[in-house]
Amino acid sequence: MTEWMGISGMKLNRVGYLIREGFRSIFTHGFMSFASVTIIMACLIIMGSVSLLSLNIDALIKDLENQNEVVAYVDEKINDDAQIRAIGDAIRTIGNVQSAEFVSRGEAMDKFMSNYDSDLMEGIDETVFRHRYVIHLTDISLMAQTKAQLEAVDGISEAKAHTQYAKAFVSIRNVVTVVSLVLIVILVFVSIFIMTNTIKLATFSRREEIAIMKMVGATNSFIRMPFVIEGLVLGILGGGLGYLAEWGIYDGLTVKVVGSMAGSFLNIIPFTSVALFVFIIFIGLGILVGVFGALNAIRNYLKV
Amino acid sequence: MVQLNNVRMVYSSSGTEALNGVSFKVDDGEFVFLVGPSGSGKTTIMKLITGEVNATSGRIIVNDFDMRRIKRRKLPQMRRTLGVIFQDFRLIENMTVYDNVAFAMRVVGASNRQIRKRVPYVLELVGLEGREKRFPNELSGGEQQRVAIARALVNNPRMIVADEPTGNLDPVRSLELMLLFEKINSMGTTIMVVTHEKELVNAFAKRVISIDNGVVIGDGMDGYFGNEA
Repeated sequence: MTEWMGISGMKLNRVGYLIREGFRSIFTHGFMSFASVTIIMACLIIMGSVSLLSLNIDALIKDLENQNEVVAYVDEKINDDAQIRAIGDAIRTIGNVQSAEFVSRGEAMDKFMSNYDSDLMEGIDETVFRHRYVIHLTDISLMAQTKAQLEAVDGISEAKAHTQYAKAFVSIRNVVTVVSLVLIVILVFVSIFIMTNTIKLATFSRREEIAIMKMVGATNSFIRMPFVIEGLVLGILGGGLGYLAEWGIYDGLTVKVVGSMAGSFLNIIPFTSVALFVFIIFIGLGILVGVFGALNAIRNYLKV
Repeated sequence: MVQLNNVRMVYSSSGTEALNGVSFKVDDGEFVFLVGPSGSGKTTIMKLITGEVNATSGRIIVNDFDMRRIKRRKLPQMRRTLGVIFQDFRLIENMTVYDNVAFAMRVVGASNRQIRKRVPYVLELVGLEGREKRFPNELSGGEQQRVAIARALVNNPRMIVADEPTGNLDPVRSLELMLLFEKINSMGTTIMVVTHEKELVNAFAKRVISIDNGVVIGDGMDGYFGNEA
């Protein structure tokens, strides 16, 4: 590792020289440096926006999932409290059941009545309703399976579940995850490609210098170092500026979305709760793209 | 010390046979001219010595390094024992004379103190005192070649290899340059000058190795042997 970085046995003033060289190159190729920082920034912003969007969709789906409950009706013949409790315990032993809440027929009727005009419903007897368990699941994609397991519980006459919604949620989530992953991978490669070409331009104009360095006995790691530093600095700059821009864009959009009628019902993840994570990813990817781009660009010149 | 034993070189890209059974030995402290017309194989010998290309067969020893077995990561170490000079000087245009020379020391990890001490000494040795702050394009051809010599000398190499160093210079400057090489040689550095200039070679009573068509056709103190140019 240290040999790769060219630090092994290197004196401090040599490191200082290499760092200065790296920075010098950034300023000598000012326009290309500006271009690479901008490109890294743009790629990171697109990547970050897609990820944050997918994170929000994920949170939204989770939210909706939590509202998506399975109702298991207790057999009408069973009225004994102890028996009903035993059914509840049996339900809770099913792996995918997160919670099971008992709702008596009386409570069910009250809830029903509260939703409708009580005058119309006058005279309805609570025996029309059944005792039931309202169940939340851990994994919504296993809803159909869990429904069957619930129906197999002794004392449960029927279970109702909106499996079609569950399927839709799961497929939306899968699509969002796949699309964002594919986009991220593509953008990382695009950034590395652009970075490679930027540093290649820097190396091209300095190929004579590199040839002379080789001739007087410079090691490959010594030659590589200034370019790696250049890539590293440009990567960190692109990552840092991209992070600030992402923050601004996200906050601006959040205010707009929440401010609108439709958006006011949405629970959007605040940027501050993911800020550190986004920062680490942006800087990390910036460094990765910068350093890989530099190493890639310089490779051909080191063969002699 | 440089030793070539039955060296054959065929460029794989073109299939051209540049050298065929070349053998000679240059001892430490010697001054040798390597002569021959264009395309005779002189430059290939240079490239084999500096490790730019690898021989097809035979044995090459350069300052104790076996060039046919040397590992890539050992090449820089080998090159530090050599000072290489080219016809076209190969100076870095945006660096001053001082920086061009200091650069070669930085590359091998010398401290600033060592650089400040050594560079002015070498510049004085090649007769460039007072020119430190000039840029290469502000110097004459002869002066530029002196900067290249200073750069080759600054790391105190065991041997200097010069490929057509006088190719871009007039006869007077060429002679001055050779006298400079002689001075450096008298201080203990081995010198190998690759050239095709008969008059210049014959002006010095030195060992001459003549190459033609990839074969050694003469090796001795009898001056330039064979065709010129």
